Amino acid sequence: MPQPILQVSHLSKSFSGTRALENVGLEIFAGEVHALMGENGAGKSTLMKVLMGLVKPDAGTIIFDGEPIVPYKNTQQLKGKLAMIHQELLVVPGLTVAQNLFLGREREFSFSFLLRDGAMNTAAQGILSRLGLTLDPSIPMQELSISQMQMVEIAKAVSMDARVIVMDEPTSAISDREVAALFAIIADLKAKGVAIVYISHKMDEVFKISDRITVLRDGRHIRTAPASSLDQEQLIGLMVGREIKGLHQHSALSESEEVLSVVDLGKSSAFSGINFSLHAGEVLGIAGLMGAGRTELARVLYGLDQPDRGQVFIDKEAVVIGNPRQAITLGIGYVSEDRKRYGFIPKMSVAENLTLSSLLRHRKGFALGTESEKEVVDRNVQSLNIKSAGRNQKVGELSGGNQQKIVLGRVMNADPRIIILDEPTRGVDIGAKFEIYRLIEQWKASGKAIIMISSELPEILGISDRILVLAQGRQTALLSRTEASEERIMKHALQ
Amino acid sequence: MEKQINFRLTRIGQYGIFLAFLGICIAMALTTPRFLTVSNLLIIGTQVSINALLAFGVTFVIISGGIDLSLGSMVAVAGVVAAMFAHPDTYPLVVPIVLGLLAGVGIGLFNGLVITKSKVPPFIVTLGTMTIGRGLALILSKGRPISNLSDSFNFIGGGSLFGLPFPIIILILAFVICSFILGKTILGRYIYAVGGNEDAALASGIPVKAVKLKVYALCGLLSALGGILLTSRITTGQPNAGAGFELDAIAAVIIGGTSTTGGTGTMTGTLIGALLIGVISNSLDLLNVTSYYQQVVMGSIIIGAVVLDGLGKKSS
Repeated sequence: MPQPILQVSHLSKSFSGTRALENVGLEIFAGEVHALMGENGAGKSTLMKVLMGLVKPDAGTIIFDGEPIVPYKNTQQLKGKLAMIHQELLVVPGLTVAQNLFLGREREFSFSFLLRDGAMNTAAQGILSRLGLTLDPSIPMQELSISQMQMVEIAKAVSMDARVIVMDEPTSAISDREVAALFAIIADLKAKGVAIVYISHKMDEVFKISDRITVLRDGRHIRTAPASSLDQEQLIGLMVGREIKGLHQHSALSESEEVLSVVDLGKSSAFSGINFSLHAGEVLGIAGLMGAGRTELARVLYGLDQPDRGQVFIDKEAVVIGNPRQAITLGIGYVSEDRKRYGFIPKMSVAENLTLSSLLRHRKGFALGTESEKEVVDRNVQSLNIKSAGRNQKVGELSGGNQQKIVLGRVMNADPRIIILDEPTRGVDIGAKFEIYRLIEQWKASGKAIIMISSELPEILGISDRILVLAQGRQTALLSRTEASEERIMKHALQ
Repeated sequence: MEKQINFRLTRIGQYGIFLAFLGICIAMALTTPRFLTVSNLLIIGTQVSINALLAFGVTFVIISGGIDLSLGSMVAVAGVVAAMFAHPDTYPLVVPIVLGLLAGVGIGLFNGLVITKSKVPPFIVTLGTMTIGRGLALILSKGRPISNLSDSFNFIGGGSLFGLPFPIIILILAFVICSFILGKTILGRYIYAVGGNEDAALASGIPVKAVKLKVYALCGLLSALGGILLTSRITTGQPNAGAGFELDAIAAVIIGGTSTTGGTGTMTGTLIGALLIGVISNSLDLLNVTSYYQQVVMGSIIIGAVVLDGLGKKSS
């Protein structure tokens, strides 16, 4: 047995009374891809923050390459040896790609106190092309798409020649083609003896690339096992501590009235020629690759953007959806893929966020009727199983899953008949995911018409009655539930 | 243990300003007999009233994520407009008051319109209107103070009702109404939402532009009220009045704990901020500290308040 390159033992950490890590151990060997799995709040991020020297542990030891590390006090010790790709992008928008790539390492490209931009750009070009990226390193970061920025972040970590690279949800914002490029890089790094700690909620990815899997739950180490010895259901079971059966329970669609229809809808370069109808009690899935125009279509249907071609009909009447306020009046609700930006107000409380789209219902003369508001909020907290310190806690302090439930609650409280969900389970732990699926089923049963955009094919296939496939802004298929399969969707998505 | 310390720090952050305010009042009451007299307290209230009105207005703006630098110029324009119609035996009292208020609302609406239509940052737009407003006041008054105002007009700033100076009555009424708007109405909730996350507010169906327009109009209204009060108190419409008032008002808001990035804050905080400024400058007067030193003290308090606020936030 070779020596592990990174050995963590008996690590514990509490935050103001709450135990984030308890006696956790982890061994990472050179040349392995080690997946770190767990629900949100299981302790993954705290563990990584301890490794990065951002959080001081209460107890435990870390040995890197046979050398004990004093975490927190001496983070410089691991500089250059341990790199991390953060889930949240940490870029300086005004600086160029190359400047971002070498941020903090300018000395390598300086002549005395002068920076040599040319040399930096050349080096950046080399790293980018190694990752199969055709990007001009001299353009400002802010001109890049989110997925390109993510790739630059990946390139940055890779270029540090670290012995261990931690990747926290690296594929959450990149396209399938880029995922393939990333996996090729990971294979390459592995061959060079670099160890990868891979954190992801995407099961298929984890099984595809990882050698071993460690599961954390409630701050405790649950199990470390070779990936080949586990299957998806077992892994989920370890993560949630109970068995989740029948993740998708699909109820059959009954004949019902058409609620929404879209005729030849188009918006400049984003999408064109979109035609579909949606019935009460139906879930229409929208599948496609990143950049296929799915989110852009959703935004037009909710009035966040205006189409330049085509018509939208609600109850067979042509409508113009000028802004979200009108959309809500027309009975449309929308849950954005970008929860932080469009979903909630972090400084406002659970209660205030839940009623934000339906305040007019609580009007009492000039004032807000706090009693009726409280009533609705208490009902929401119960029915959505929102876990918080109380209805006055700020939403910014909650976990991703609870934040998403609050967004869903806010949309629900406006009593929409048509609900557009854009990646409703992104960045949400498996327990909350399950609850969101159940909620969609409930909505469906109560006759609401639902459009669900998702990049997770099992999710799309499990929930949708029909599936619209988009590829590069064009509608390439509209499949019924019986016709659809992963292969067929992918075939049309790549058309 | 850790939890307890955090708890304490947070509390200090939240109530620090109020405690500081009380502390100064108690210390002054014990050391300077003249401080805790009815006449002195009424002087403080009257002195604070104009700054507090402006501060209430800009509290709405700052919570909504904006800023308004044109307060002082709106004071001047409203004051000059009111004075133009307040000469004895010309118009009934309501005319100068309504026209003065409308002048402020007009400039506020202009601010709001340019900000929502052009996407130019509020700092720049209101910096522009600050200069435009000053120019307007000078044009309207032909650069000269407008005096000879009616007795009834002069009562607004100089009179008393049941022994209470009229400005204090206006201050109390304005505080009650502004607190109500911010804390108990849909508009108030929307203001917090727009300042907290504008994109999410829009996606939640909040009429973001209308909210901003109302916020700047409200700020204009309250500044104009301050302007009328000032004109009445000094019995002259001064085109140069109110210069620099915006900074005192913004200082009161910041001392009162409103975040400069928007989304949080209260009217009570702003009132305490304004009172604190008033009490300190009154105390320094009573202690015969020259006004030069007073400025140094005031500036230090602004910074200290924000540092204290930051301590409270970090621990929570």
